[in-house]
Amino acid sequence: MTDISAAGPARHRPRQSILTASANMKRRNAAEVRFKLYGLIAISLSLAMLATMLFTIFRDGVSSFRQATLSFPVELSAETLDPTGNRNPEDLRKVTTVGYQKVLSQAFVAELQARGITQDGVSDKQIGDLISRDAAGTLRAQVLANPDLIGTTIDATILAAGRVDGFLKGRVTFETAVRDNQINPDQLRLVEQLRDAGIVQSSFNWGFFTNPDASDQRPEAAGLGVALLGSAYMMLMVLVMCVPVGVAASIYLEEFAPKNRWTDAIEVNISNLAAVPSIVFGILGLAIFINFAGMPQSSTLVGALVISLMTLPTIIIATRASIRAVPPSIRDAALGVGASKMQTVFHHVLPLAMPGILTGTILGLATALGETAPLLLIGMVAFVDNYPSAPPEGFLDPATALPVQVFSWASRADPAFIERSNGAIIVLLVFLVIMNVAAILLRRRFERRW
Amino acid sequence: MSVLMLLAAIAVLAIAAFFLARQRALASTQGNPRLLHSLPGYYGWYGAISVLAPALAALILWLIVQPMVLEARISATLPADLVADATTAELTMADVRRVAGGLDTAIASGAISETDAQALVTGATDIRALLAKSGVALAAEVSPEVLTAAQDYRTQAHWGAAGRTALILVLAVLGLFWGVTRAQPEFRARNQVERVILALLIAASSIAVLTTVGIVWSMVSETFDFFSKYPYQDFFFSLTWSPNFRGGSDLGIIPLIWGTLYITLISMLVAVPIGLFAAIYLAEYASRRVRNWVKPLIEVIAGIPTVVFGIFALVTVGPALRDWFAEPMGLGNSGSSVMTAGIVIGILNIPFISSLSDDIINAVPQTLRDGSLGLGATKSETVRQVILPAALPGIVGAILMAASRAIGETMIVVLGAGAAAKLSLNPFDAMTTMTVKIVGQLTGDTDFASPETLVAFALGMTLFVITLGLNIFALWIVRKYREQYE
Repeated sequence: MTDISAAGPARHRPRQSILTASANMKRRNAAEVRFKLYGLIAISLSLAMLATMLFTIFRDGVSSFRQATLSFPVELSAETLDPTGNRNPEDLRKVTTVGYQKVLSQAFVAELQARGITQDGVSDKQIGDLISRDAAGTLRAQVLANPDLIGTTIDATILAAGRVDGFLKGRVTFETAVRDNQINPDQLRLVEQLRDAGIVQSSFNWGFFTNPDASDQRPEAAGLGVALLGSAYMMLMVLVMCVPVGVAASIYLEEFAPKNRWTDAIEVNISNLAAVPSIVFGILGLAIFINFAGMPQSSTLVGALVISLMTLPTIIIATRASIRAVPPSIRDAALGVGASKMQTVFHHVLPLAMPGILTGTILGLATALGETAPLLLIGMVAFVDNYPSAPPEGFLDPATALPVQVFSWASRADPAFIERSNGAIIVLLVFLVIMNVAAILLRRRFERRW
Repeated sequence: MSVLMLLAAIAVLAIAAFFLARQRALASTQGNPRLLHSLPGYYGWYGAISVLAPALAALILWLIVQPMVLEARISATLPADLVADATTAELTMADVRRVAGGLDTAIASGAISETDAQALVTGATDIRALLAKSGVALAAEVSPEVLTAAQDYRTQAHWGAAGRTALILVLAVLGLFWGVTRAQPEFRARNQVERVILALLIAASSIAVLTTVGIVWSMVSETFDFFSKYPYQDFFFSLTWSPNFRGGSDLGIIPLIWGTLYITLISMLVAVPIGLFAAIYLAEYASRRVRNWVKPLIEVIAGIPTVVFGIFALVTVGPALRDWFAEPMGLGNSGSSVMTAGIVIGILNIPFISSLSDDIINAVPQTLRDGSLGLGATKSETVRQVILPAALPGIVGAILMAASRAIGETMIVVLGAGAAAKLSLNPFDAMTTMTVKIVGQLTGDTDFASPETLVAFALGMTLFVITLGLNIFALWIVRKYREQYE
């Protein structure tokens, strides 16, 4: 064997200009273009999905901020509402909502007759069905609060039934009404006339923000009042419980902790807790806070405790990062002029780390605000139509939370609740956007490069 | 004196101690702080701490111990048949507490006087009606034994509260004297105060460990309870899941694990390619401007609550998949399906994978890129043959962590995957997961004695072990195979 044969037969490459691409080079360049295209497709896909999601939610949800109401004069006749005639609150209470409902539908029918609005095939009862079932209760509360109204005629503006509301928003149409046992096309034709006459109007839905939840039959009266209050209570408690503990833990781990097994255990625990599924925290809350410690179910206190435990790792991680970002020269200088280690941390390091801690806290709270799964397990999904009382007793009252309300409305049968659910999401997203923008602004304003 | 009043009293004493101790320290050097060992404020804090620490500790201890002692003493006086076993004893004691609480409310509302309440006899007065008037509803008539026990309970609780108040006020005042007398110039107040602060810091950092202990303890105890009522072979190896609250249910975990893993697989098929390619594009190709805009936009996805994704799955993705794919292909007519939940969880995980991979790709040193490009490789060849292999351990770690998030995801599967436990290969079938069943078995009326409720804890335990295992495995991979660059 010779050296020449070892080198093998010389490969004969075709002579080629470097100015024109070879077939090989063309293939490689095409691969390059494809590869870049995949990346572009990936990014556009994910942004498109985000856009689709936000678009569908806004499309379906914005209409829940408007609400159809009926306005017509109601004569509060004394003989039905106060049969004894003595205006005694005890006796007034004996007239139930059924009595008020009768008053309302009679007044409504009378108003239609007076205005000359008629529609074939719609009975008086069906005309009364256009009024929300919630309206009678509202009117009753109004009369009980002010018995002098009895015997007068008031200009009532009351909620229209959910289907009427849906018709004005385009959710209910003549086609769907044919299959609907709550409304029929004739009633819808009547509603069209009422709209032209200005009796049915659509206006901004303040009740959506203030009303408590309502039962399955009355989607038009359902609001976020209890949920907003519950979420606010929880965020307040999470803030009070999480921030001091989280900051104290971070200070210890960053500035004081010796390297030993205990601090190692704490470190591993914190990073693992951040990865534990949120539902597991719900199990913890149910088993320990409710079953073992006997705290009241559905209360915002238990919810806040569970969410605090979940948020703690996030806040600790953010706080540690911002404490670490304070340069050692600051500490050296403080120690050099005679401050103790504790004074150095509390007088110098902590104030400098404060903007970072605040940003981390706001972002942690934003995540906490959207947390749903653990709250389901501790009973916050229960139907609550009473506002929790003022703190601190209110912390023990049953309440619900914004994301949980989104979920419980989505699980109801009536499509009107899907609209409300999307509306609640919009409210939730607005809060999240505000918190995130605040965090970004804080960071921009106070960020310091050392 | 109520607990709230007691706390207020302690706070007042603590504030007094602060100013007295500070004053005394200053006075001992004729107002010259330079002759003191510590700043005057530290003497004040030492005074306040010596009031607060013993008083609060005693209060907490008393609040825990008193009910236990009280219950033991009351149940000792009850006839044997009312406290025959643990459950009846618990019920009787609940009655006693409720009647005692009712009497308290009745006295507070003025329906009955203090002496009358202690002199009540069951035959003479209708206790149930009396308590109902002051807003305490009782299920049944009050038996004479329970009433006597309740009266005893009230007397003893009354004395207990008096004893508590006395003990704690004495401790607080003693603490005040101690703190103030020690305020001497040579006393090292700062060191003492700093030791207390350090103890508080350590306590705060231990909460993370306590949480883990709480999680494990709450699940382990209930899981053992479950396995004492339901054979573990059936739980781990049975192929059917059909809980029945009247008993005789099949609680096999395999269909749930199958559903969970199938959904996780689909979500990874969505998230990994999209997330990875997005990360590569942003790290290697995108201009600075594009990157500054697109990266935060993708991360917006991570900031949206999962219940919103759940609604998206329920209202938009599910019906779309059903109308465009499942029904035309004859694969089913269910809006909620493995595909729906998988795709939506995939979207949720895109930012997670892309930002983690982005960081990892950026951590690959520039010299590797320069070397590869210098040898004539195109950019995509550099990425595929140099950067990705170098970044692989980190990327695998990110994928495993994303998988563990997909396994533990709850709201999307509750709203998008369905509730029927099934073993099927058809991705358009509705299937269910462990998290869905945990929610299902634990919401609404739950009875913590039945295996149908307790199974949720066993499921939670399984979920916890799987996700924790995946995370630890991910960290281990990253640590073991990470390349160390200079």
